[in-house]
Amino acid sequence: MIVGDLSRRELGERIAGPGLALQFGPFNLRIRSNLKSFASLAYQLYEPYPLPGTESIIDFHVQIASPRGLRQWMRPQACFAIDGQAPFAPYAVEHAFPALEWGINWCVATRAHHLLLLHSAVIERNGQAMLFPAAPGDGKSTLCTALIHSGWRLMSDEFGLVRPTDGMLLPVPRLIPLKNESIEVIRRFRPEAIIGPAFYGTRKGTVAHVRPPADSIERAQEPARPRWFVFPRWIANAPLALEPMSKSQAFLMVATNAFNYEVLDETAFQLVADMVRSSDCYSLSYSNLDEAIAALDELSRAIDE
Amino acid sequence: MNKMTSETQRAQRLLLDALKTPEKLPTLPPADWELLLRVARRVRLLGRLESDLSRSGLLASIPPRAAAHLKAARNVIEHRNTLVRWEVNRILWALKSIKTPLILLKGAAYLLAELPPARGRIFADLDLLIPEERIGEVEERLLECGWFKTQIDPYDDRYYRVWMHEIPPLRHRERGTEIDIHHRLLPRTSRLKSDPASLFMAARPLTHPRLRVLAPADMVLHSLVHLFLEGDPDEGLRLRDLVDVHDLLCHFGQEPGFWAGLTPRARELGFGRPLFYGLHHAQRLLGTQIPSVVLQELEDAAPAWPVRHLMNHLIHLALLPGHPDHPSSLATFSRWLLYVRAHWLRMPTNLLSRHLAHKTWLRFRGARKRIDLAQLDLKQQ
Repeated sequence: MIVGDLSRRELGERIAGPGLALQFGPFNLRIRSNLKSFASLAYQLYEPYPLPGTESIIDFHVQIASPRGLRQWMRPQACFAIDGQAPFAPYAVEHAFPALEWGINWCVATRAHHLLLLHSAVIERNGQAMLFPAAPGDGKSTLCTALIHSGWRLMSDEFGLVRPTDGMLLPVPRLIPLKNESIEVIRRFRPEAIIGPAFYGTRKGTVAHVRPPADSIERAQEPARPRWFVFPRWIANAPLALEPMSKSQAFLMVATNAFNYEVLDETAFQLVADMVRSSDCYSLSYSNLDEAIAALDELSRAIDE
Repeated sequence: MNKMTSETQRAQRLLLDALKTPEKLPTLPPADWELLLRVARRVRLLGRLESDLSRSGLLASIPPRAAAHLKAARNVIEHRNTLVRWEVNRILWALKSIKTPLILLKGAAYLLAELPPARGRIFADLDLLIPEERIGEVEERLLECGWFKTQIDPYDDRYYRVWMHEIPPLRHRERGTEIDIHHRLLPRTSRLKSDPASLFMAARPLTHPRLRVLAPADMVLHSLVHLFLEGDPDEGLRLRDLVDVHDLLCHFGQEPGFWAGLTPRARELGFGRPLFYGLHHAQRLLGTQIPSVVLQELEDAAPAWPVRHLMNHLIHLALLPGHPDHPSSLATFSRWLLYVRAHWLRMPTNLLSRHLAHKTWLRFRGARKRIDLAQLDLKQQ
């Protein structure tokens, strides 16, 4: 059963009442909100996501709600809360949706220490995964969004979830928050992409969320083996350059860019070392998405032959 | 009985049963696991559950999703333990020319002395006790070796130095770990008058010649003093501290002379009342075995009947976590009352009113409470 199987009224009642239970890859969430605007956005953007079975344990109980009191008449706010506790200062009520999405990422980053959490976008084709570890502003979300609308499967835009027992990557195909100019770039590049409304003036500028293709969400329980590390950089007017990178450099860049490398200690070292050893590593600079996609497609074709 | 009360009681029963009889956890239905994980996380006892289950080989018999949360907690705890051991190593290096014994307190003491409460226990800071006359040189030396004073305003700095039992925390420039250096267990201004000199004399050596931990009875008493007198209005009384006390009592209770010496030592240090409350609640909530003669001995440390009754009620409410979806205003009020009580015991009335006036003024001017992100992340375990 998916969110789209619920009527709009049922969805609204769940969100305002006991909470809407949702499955994002390995994580089950329960989301509650007293904001009407939130329910309609959830209906649009969460539509293809599965509901966990009634017997399953929920991992994160989150809430995005407007506090009662005078505030709601003067300058209404929205508070993110997990297990009834609000770890952050309130947001403007218009930013409730991005605040919740960001809050959920924060839950994963601070709690899911049973997995190695790489800071990386991950896509997949033919059971083989390509990772884009990158710092904010390097265009990882834009490139990843373009690729998942060009034949690749989205595993994750933010977290490379590595399972310590076997080194497999677990998908967590959440909405992709595009920022500022990227929103227009993707709208032009793939007009059919489903993009939610733009939120102006958030803590990260203008943000709009891309809903991953239905296939990526349906296959959210299908892990993949790491095969390529590509370190992307978008540079205005730059010619395409896809250059092999030394494994030692790739190792350092992956290890220093993880959320919990230190926490997993020796396990993390082994996992990253194994992943880098068995993957091809490249640096990519580009300005044109079509060229970048063609070059990365070529990598995956080269293996098939 | 309304839903809130029954749900709260269900949450608390799940937690206490899990602590007392972890071997029954494999039969727990998923809905109960979900609630247990939430309340155990709130009171930072996930690691404790993990440790109980893994040592009886039961981790594979619980739902994998629950096991993942416990494994995550374990990974963080092991990482923190590594950090703390290394921090102790670095402190010994920095202070090698200063000939003063270093007494480790609480988490670090349990860890380095390999005592039962260390099992599955998460802790953030490193607490040290050193003789007051050595504080100046120790602080100076640490500042030369890479630690710095965290940003606090001059009022808070003075508050620490003139009134408190510790100096403002020092943080390492690169590692970010924080150390709290104490020279006594309670604020100078505390209504419970306690002389720290005998703590140093009774302290027990660890394998490293410079390191010490408090003597068994003192360790129990310190944990209780910390539980009842270092309250936090949001968190309430820390159940984790009571679990520490339970473990220490079970462990040291086997040593000859421990029980006979506990009450006299508590009286000597002025901690009879916290010991009375602590033993009572450990027995009631965690089923700690306490010789009845010790409880009888402590009867005269108890307050008059109405106060005792009220306090037991408040402590119970403040110790146990509520249901995350059904917060109880009565429990919130109890936590606040006990926090006020702890402050009342911390300093004389005129000082307290000055202190509160200053804090209210800051609040009025809109100064935000500092949020420490590292601490916030740790609380997720």
